[in-house]
Formats: sequence, C-alpha cells, structure tokens
Amino acid sequence: MTTDACRLTIADARDLLRRRELSAVELTRACLERIRAVEPRLNSFITVCEPEALAQARDADRRLAAGEASALCGIPLAIKDIYATKGIRTTCASRILENFVPTYDATVIARLRAEGAIFVGKANLDEFAMGSSTENSAFGPTRNPYDLERVAGGSSGGSAAAVSADECLGSLGTDTGGSIREPAAFCGVVGIKPTYSRVSRFGVIAYASSLDQVGPFGKTVRDAAVLMRSLAGSDPADSTCSTRPVPDYEQALSGEVKGLRIGVPKEFFVEGMQPEVEEAVRAALESYESMGAAIIEVSLPHTDYAIAAYYLIATAEASANLERYDGIRYGLRTETDNLLDLYRKSRARGFGAEVKRRIMLGTFALSTGYYDAYYLKAQKVRTLIKRDFEQAFEGCDLIVTPTAPTTAFKLGEKMADPLQMYLSDIFTISVNLAGLPGMALPCGYDGKGMPIGLQLIGPAFGEEVVLRAGDAYERSGAVARRPAAV
Amino acid sequence: MDTGNKINLEQVRHIALLARLELTPDEERRMLGDLEEMLQYVDKLNQLDTSAVEPTAQVGEIGASMREDAVTNPSAPDSILANAPAASEQMFKVPKIIE
Repeated sequence: MTTDACRLTIADARDLLRRRELSAVELTRACLERIRAVEPRLNSFITVCEPEALAQARDADRRLAAGEASALCGIPLAIKDIYATKGIRTTCASRILENFVPTYDATVIARLRAEGAIFVGKANLDEFAMGSSTENSAFGPTRNPYDLERVAGGSSGGSAAAVSADECLGSLGTDTGGSIREPAAFCGVVGIKPTYSRVSRFGVIAYASSLDQVGPFGKTVRDAAVLMRSLAGSDPADSTCSTRPVPDYEQALSGEVKGLRIGVPKEFFVEGMQPEVEEAVRAALESYESMGAAIIEVSLPHTDYAIAAYYLIATAEASANLERYDGIRYGLRTETDNLLDLYRKSRARGFGAEVKRRIMLGTFALSTGYYDAYYLKAQKVRTLIKRDFEQAFEGCDLIVTPTAPTTAFKLGEKMADPLQMYLSDIFTISVNLAGLPGMALPCGYDGKGMPIGLQLIGPAFGEEVVLRAGDAYERSGAVARRPAAV
Repeated sequence: MDTGNKINLEQVRHIALLARLELTPDEERRMLGDLEEMLQYVDKLNQLDTSAVEPTAQVGEIGASMREDAVTNPSAPDSILANAPAASEQMFKVPKIIE
C-alpha cells in the first residue's frame, strides 16, 4: 500500500487518512521516495523540502488522530516556486532571487498550512512565470513525464509534471496567459485557472497583475474541486480579491450535464492545429452530446487579436512589477561605485533573456509617445475580447475548446523563436484577458502517446459549471487515462 | 499597413536605460530584432477600429476590502535584512549617491 500511496488521488487519500488506514508520514515518505526516483530525469522541483514536509506530516498525523478532518490534512502538495513560503527559499526560477527567503507566507500557503496540508517542495517554472515550456528556468527545464525529450509546458511546468509523475497528490500553479492550463494539457492532468479575483494573490510574486491568477492542479477534477474550496475566498491583504461567498465545489459534482448548453467557438478550430487534437476535442463534444448536453456553435470574433493584446498588456505590467528587483533590499547584486550602474548591472546579471525581452517590450509600450498606440490600444482590444465572451455566454452555459493547438513539443523546438512560443497559448490567453474561469483536463492521447487537453471555459464565477461538466466527462469513462511512462 | 521599422538601435539603448538593464552590444542587436518582430506582430491590432471602445484596465470583482490601516505583522528587521545583499546594523547599504 504505502509504496504506491503517491499514486492516490486526494479524495481517496483523504478517506484512508481519516480512517487511519494510511498515515500522513507514510504518504509523505511515498512521495519523497518517488521524487528521489524520478527527479534526476524530470527536474520538477527547484527545492525539495524533505525535513519540513516530514515535520508537517507528523503534525498532520497528530491532528488526524485527534479526529480533526479538514479537507487537506495530511495531503502532500507541490507549490510553484512563485509563492512566498516563510523560511523556505523562493526563487521564481530566477538568479536574481536565488537566495531569497521570505519572511511570511502567501495567503493561500497560510490557508493550506492551517488545514494541515504538506509541502513536499517548490516546483520549477519559467523565470517569473514568463514562458510556455519551463525552459526559461534558471534551474534547467522540467521534462515531460510522458516523454523526456518533450517539454512539460509552462510556466507552471514543474507543478504539472510533479502531479503527472505522482511526486505529490496535487499542486499549485499560477496562470497569466495559460500557465496552468497548457502544462496540465501537456502532462495529462487537470488544472484550473479560476475567475480573476476568486483567489487571493497576496504573497504570490507578481508578473502581470491584471491577468495573474492562482489555481490548482489535480489528478482528477474532483481533486481540483477539493483544492479550489480551500484556495478561494476573500483576503484582507488583497483588495483585488472578491468577497463573494465560496461554494462547496465538490458538492457541485453531480455527474449531470443533461440540458447543458455547450458553446463551441468556430474561431478555435484553426489551420495549423494538430489533427489529433481536433479529433479528440470533437470526440469529447460527442460524449457530451450523448450525455444530454446541447452543442451550439458560438463566435469569439476577436480571438485572433488576443495574443497581440496580451503581449502588450502583460509586458507593460511586468516591466512595472519587476522594477522592485534592484539589488538593494534583497536579491542578487553587482557591486559598483554608483547606484545607476548597480541597478543596471545587477538586473543584467540576474534576469534571463526572456524576462529582459518582456521588460524591454513593456517599457517601450509604456514610454512617452507610444503609450496610446500600444498599451491603450491593447486595453481597448481587451474590451472587445471580453465582450465576445459576454455575448457568447448569452447563448450557452459553458464553452469547450482545445487547450493548446498541439501536444507537448520537443525541448528546444521553440526557444529560438519567441513568437512561435507565444502562439502555444493562443486558446488560453483570451480567457485571462476576459478574467474567466478555465480548466484543462485530459481528453485523449496522440499517436506518440502524448496527452491532449480539453479546455472548459465558464462565465465569471462559473467554476461550479466548469467543474461539474469536467467531472461528468471524466466519470463517463470516454477516455481511459494512461499513467506517465517516467 | 505600416511595414517600416518600428524601432532602432538608439531607441533600444534608451529603453534599456529606462528599464535599468545593461545590455551587451550583442544583446542590443538581438533585442532590436526581437522587438521589431513583436511590434510588427502586434501591429495587427490596428486592423480594429477602437475609436468608440473604452479601455479595460481591470476585470473581476474588487473586494470590499477597505480596512483599518493597522500593522498586524510583527516587526522582523533581522529576517528582512537577512535577504539584503549589503546591510549594516539595521540599514540597507547603497553606494554613495551624493558627491
């Protein structure tokens, strides 16, 4: 039992822990053993927190023995290394924060701690969450558990791979343009980007503040729902966080989709998409139809402009957010005799190529004489993209699309061409611009055995319908899950 | 549609100074090429008439999180300064800024 315990879902482990048929220490040790076995090949983690995790597990066992039963007590999780974790190094996969040790916990980390969750490690990512493959990490790329020659996706590639390879039971990521959903699709797991403002971001290192959102990865939709319940909710430390009450997402998993109106945007089935991806998504739509849902064609006419708008808005916000890395209060510093050179040299040495590229584009888009033509223009196009979704949701309850146009690509394949890399987020980015909830879940495998991801998009605060539809599809057994080969 | 150059090397150097980034000559040239390509790509936004469209700066719901501006976390100068690349007593050290 215990050696395979790392393969459990959160829902199953929760029952075994409560019945005391499995201890949190046994479960945590199983994950740590699995990490030791596969990390040399995968590189899902920047920091493995073995002693801290075992201490948390012993504490969780005490609480479980006392009959405490908070949902995540004793559950080992991986945390994207973008969340501030008190006393545990938090790098954001950047040399500039290589030795940064936060003095406080992010709000969601504090919440998970209070529930008795266990943090097995800090997961790898693209530096400052800027990327779609985790190849931009200063600590080396994460490899795909289904094929070590391929990327895990990004930017939350470590969080996705760690769940896919059973190094943990669930994990946290962040999603600014697809950074949870694309790696979830590439690694064959479930990942949710909640509605903008549904989850606190206090203590989460900022990339593009009007787009960033916190969300979970799980092996199943149910596990993602369990994690969402613990993550969501207002926070006095984050004024951008909604005070709306948090539903019991697990309760929403009725298995029922009869009468659900599913919108399929015609603009999302574009030339250049891998044929197997389109076939798998079409087959998923047929499954929904056979379960009693109605499939309706909808239109999101400004889809083709989303990436252009995104890269102006996101880089502009990033250029401002990353001003704080100046080599004074924390982070890497290059000593010189004047302050300007200290800033310029420290940042030059601390940031990687993609981060520099985005800071430069964003600074340009905000600079005198260009603000209206680029940044303001992009914000206006954002309005059009948001309206497209509002109009589409007048005629449907849920939108279903592919998550990415292809399955996981090879390491190095897109590194020479930033624009090609950006285009891997073509189906996810508009969801961030509109601030809507989106979930990726497995809907098949291509001829090489690589997972294909379905994307379910809900109206604002429509996490329940997204989870209900995802769970119904998963439970229908339309796709037999294949474990990762690693 | 405008197909002329969007940016030149001099502008790249000016932007790098604004962004407080020291770029090597090689990086400057690569940056010029990358920015040129990105700016050509985002030019497609000009196909859309947005003269009557309001910009969107923020989505979602802003929480009713107005609260007392009271300090709730304990003062921890030692652990904060532990992250500083250069500190002295209870201060961050910087190079001399006044001649």
